[in-house]
Amino acid sequence: MSLLHTVNKSPFERNSLESCLRLAEDGHAVLLIEDAAVAALDGTAHTETIKNATGRLSMYVLGPDLDARGLSRDRVIDGIEIVDYDRFVMLACEHDSVQSWL
Amino acid sequence: MSEEGIIKKLMYVNRKAPYGTIYALESLEVVLIGAAFDQQVSLAFVDDGVYQLTRSQNTDGIGMKNFSPTYAALGDYDVRHIYVERESLEARGLTVEDLMPLTYEDEDDDWAEKESLRIVDSSELATLMGEQDVVLSF
Repeated sequence: MSLLHTVNKSPFERNSLESCLRLAEDGHAVLLIEDAAVAALDGTAHTETIKNATGRLSMYVLGPDLDARGLSRDRVIDGIEIVDYDRFVMLACEHDSVQSWL
Repeated sequence: MSEEGIIKKLMYVNRKAPYGTIYALESLEVVLIGAAFDQQVSLAFVDDGVYQLTRSQNTDGIGMKNFSPTYAALGDYDVRHIYVERESLEARGLTVEDLMPLTYEDEDDDWAEKESLRIVDSSELATLMGEQDVVLSF
């Protein structure tokens, strides 16, 4: 089974992303949306954990959520792909199911 | 009823990122409403609250109103003390350069434009919080 995990909470406030990364299987996709977009930035207290995850998971962040929060696209961790809403839909279709981490 | 109102020290503590939840916008609205009551108001931005003050927020892509320009108007509402916790910025890889400049005009100093935003460390913020009559959390 190939899964798309979506996370919408900041890792500074909730452990949703942490749990997602712990329980997602190798090769799964993880898309950071809404407040979770802040996790995609390089140089934060969570950067190391997320960098490690990019080796075994396909990591994505929703660009419009970065823009809304004034987070520069240039500062996104290498290995995280920035996607738009159309690509979000494509990702959902390409995977067998979507699991939301709220 | 007394003619002179009682002036209290009031601090709004903001700890949530904008747009994902309604807290940031609600806090801003309460601050603007409260500004009509001549209290000694300060704002603190802690934890994910620091994301509320980032420069160049652009919400075109998410279909929500960008309310960040309103923070720049706080000076006109006599809100002159805006504290941002240094530790929260550092944990998020942000610096003061990533934040909007916030100022007020000092009528006691020929309307000179002065900074209202100040970066403070945890211990200083703790002291400031301890001095308040009321702390409102968002």
